[in-house]
Amino acid sequence: MSSAHPHKIGQAIGEGRWTRLALITIALIFLGLMLIAPLFVVFVEAFSRGVGVYIDALAMPDTMSALRLTLLVAAIAVPVNLVFGVAAAWAIAKFEFKGKAFLLTLIDLPFAVSPVVSGLIFVLLFGANSVLGPLLDSAGIKVLFAVPGIVLATVFITFPFIARELIPLMQQQGSSEEEAAVSLGAGGWRTFFQVTLPNVKWGLLYGVLLCNARAMGEFGAVTVVSGNIRGVTTTLPLHIEILYNDNKAAAAFAVASLLALLALVTLAVKTVLEARFANSHAAQRRH
Amino acid sequence: MTTAAPDGARKLRWRRRSVLPGFGLSLGYTIAYLSLVVLIPLAGLGIRSASLGWNEFWAIALDPRVVSALQLSFGAAMIAAIVNTIFGVLVAWVLVRYRFPGRRWLDAAVDLPFALPTAVAGIALATLYAPNGPFGVFLMSWFGVKVGFTSIGVTLALIFVGLPFVVRTVQPVLEEIDRETEEASATLGAGRLRTATRVILPAMFPAILTGFALSFARGVGEYGSVIFIASNLPYKSEIAPLLIVIKLEEHNYAGATAIATIMLVIAFAMLFVINILQAWSRKWFGHE
Amino acid sequence: MRGILVALVALLTLATSGGCSANEVTLLNVSYDPTAELYEDFNTAFSAGYMTADGKTVTVNMSHGGSGKQARAVIDGLGAHVVTLALQYDIDVIAKETGKIPADWRSKLPGNSSPYSSTIVFMVRKGNPKAIQDWPDLAKPGVSVVTPNPKTSGGARWNYLAAWGYASRAFAGDETKVRDFVGAIYKNAAKLDSGARGSTTTFTQQGIGDVLVTWENEAYSSLAELEPGDYEIVYPSLSIKAEPPVAVVSGNAEKDGMQQVAEDYLKHLYSPEGQKIVAKHYYRPYDPTAADPKDIERFKQIEMLSVDDPVFGGWAQAQAKHFDASGLFDLIYQPGK
Repeated sequence: MSSAHPHKIGQAIGEGRWTRLALITIALIFLGLMLIAPLFVVFVEAFSRGVGVYIDALAMPDTMSALRLTLLVAAIAVPVNLVFGVAAAWAIAKFEFKGKAFLLTLIDLPFAVSPVVSGLIFVLLFGANSVLGPLLDSAGIKVLFAVPGIVLATVFITFPFIARELIPLMQQQGSSEEEAAVSLGAGGWRTFFQVTLPNVKWGLLYGVLLCNARAMGEFGAVTVVSGNIRGVTTTLPLHIEILYNDNKAAAAFAVASLLALLALVTLAVKTVLEARFANSHAAQRRH
Repeated sequence: MTTAAPDGARKLRWRRRSVLPGFGLSLGYTIAYLSLVVLIPLAGLGIRSASLGWNEFWAIALDPRVVSALQLSFGAAMIAAIVNTIFGVLVAWVLVRYRFPGRRWLDAAVDLPFALPTAVAGIALATLYAPNGPFGVFLMSWFGVKVGFTSIGVTLALIFVGLPFVVRTVQPVLEEIDRETEEASATLGAGRLRTATRVILPAMFPAILTGFALSFARGVGEYGSVIFIASNLPYKSEIAPLLIVIKLEEHNYAGATAIATIMLVIAFAMLFVINILQAWSRKWFGHE
Repeated sequence: MRGILVALVALLTLATSGGCSANEVTLLNVSYDPTAELYEDFNTAFSAGYMTADGKTVTVNMSHGGSGKQARAVIDGLGAHVVTLALQYDIDVIAKETGKIPADWRSKLPGNSSPYSSTIVFMVRKGNPKAIQDWPDLAKPGVSVVTPNPKTSGGARWNYLAAWGYASRAFAGDETKVRDFVGAIYKNAAKLDSGARGSTTTFTQQGIGDVLVTWENEAYSSLAELEPGDYEIVYPSLSIKAEPPVAVVSGNAEKDGMQQVAEDYLKHLYSPEGQKIVAKHYYRPYDPTAADPKDIERFKQIEMLSVDDPVFGGWAQAQAKHFDASGLFDLIYQPGK
């Protein structure tokens, strides 16, 4: 990352060694207490009643259904949001037009909106007291308290992730390469796939990872629209809540450890990606 | 959409023309998607809210229990955002400027709240800080402070979810800061602390502000990580999102909608400010 | 674009419309919080021994949550075929707002459509360190009480009414004193969970509170799950007869062709097999003769009020007076009262 900054220069004008040590220690302690400790607790509690209980919790039919549902929801939400993210990033990063700030605000909205409000929005839209609800119901399509409702709410919550990763990245890269490609006669799609995409592939991948992690872990919005039908409309996070409230804390943590593992894998992949990206990014800088 | 306007007419262009294709398609798709997924549902909320009528809306909004919940949500989020800003800047500094074993992994760990589901974080934090949990017991015996199921617990949960926002917003800016100015300041005789506060910090200021605002916005609406650790007592430790859920469960759609609208309007306003800040910082520094 | 989305939704609905095998039908039972274990057992027994008129087997899906919350979900469109909630009012509200349940649902099954009943008891920690014996002990300063939120939980409303009933008798109907008494108990509340189960978790897992006010069946159920001897059950001198009723949601059942299955399902709760399972899970069965005598023995005979007693006047009146918006419960939490 800062390979252009030899350590020596930093030392000449930097903080004293003790200051540095103190700052590092404080940072480590803070992160350790605030971030690592909860992660640790998940795994400790998961095995607190022994490996047998752990395996039972995972093998439970309700856990399996929850896993399937969660995967299904993510499998729909992520690709759909991927297409959107790319389209939005292309429009925003490569062109100048009025109203960009407003568009960006709209895209960022789910970040600032409470997940509960997101869920409420869909209840108002598809509930029995709305216009759409009874209409769809008479056509035999159940949205609320069924899987489609969960998918919709998840799509709403997670669509900014990929866009937000790509937009600053593409903005930073500018449009010179694409313009060069076009001037050399490449069509729109070809330019996109052969010029733009390779440049953003690490950012894109990371955005997809984050989007996926959030899609699988969404709780607040899904709570409101799910109906909690065990084994049918309970996603993994909902299932965890049910287990926890049913006095089965060890089982709850066992299932939670699955999601925690997913989070760890996400982070590990990101670290690897970043190492690769840093190299290609540094290479790009020397244009 | 990339066809030229007749040169004779002096039209006010709403966008600069570009050689790149695909503007119409990408923008059109973006707007269509946003409408379907965001605008129409939000309109539904707005319409339902509007049907309440001004008086009833304010009656709900000013109800002491609602005010209390909003105060807790905003207050705890504010404190959490401040803590996150201080420590977030510190962590970002340490990660960017220093080399030490395990730095890469620490950097990855900062994203944990992004990747970990809120429900998992919720039960973990609740267990950690409960009166019979490891931290809870420690804090009780050493400081006599009860954390679990109090507003302090709520604040701690919000610190957890908001931390990455500050670090990730400040880090790139810190990386891009021109060392030459620092060196100049040092050669002119400024002490390290003075350089840090007078030269580096101002350069980071927009990013810090943005990170703070994001952390704050996230904290206000947070649900999953908080409800397990909060005691949910009306007027004392009930967060606003929980109040929305409770009103929903009580068939009180009017109340739920009103509170949701208030939170949404504030969220929208905050976001607008954030994006303006980011645009400003881009102009100032030429990049994000 | 829109077309794709609609197609996707339709596809999803088809793909996930519960166990799409030709020889199976699914029944949705929307229930309240503590009944998870009861219905797990009961559903297994029912599915094993039952076949529809055209030879299909039945899978029963469950949804659990605070009774009030579940009622709202059904009103909002949750496709319950039967509801087995915590109190009569929650089913009445579904009937009134959706018309999917006939207004006279209560008389369709024996015992006012309650195949099981329970009562409200206290659960305390080993040795009962705060010497909790009866309702006044809960109102004492320095005692921490765990009870759920009456706005979402059915059990919480039974708790409240039991306390109110006791105070009414103790203070000879002086409503100010009764209000203060119940208010004192709730001011001692450490945490209000959304369902009875949540309160049990708070009390047992998180170690909050000195006494848990809960369903009798929930108390016994927890004791069985936890370390023996860590907790004790204390019966108050006066409690309330809690009757959780059941009903078929004809509006949904008929549409899905499940009306007969739904009726048979509920009737089975009253059968000897059903009543035996009910008693095994610590509920007081409507018909004790079928149950295992050991299960019946553990129920202490205490004096119980009924919700139809004049002090409450029935559920409609009780809900309006105490639990609706700006009812007495809301006033208890007003600052300055």
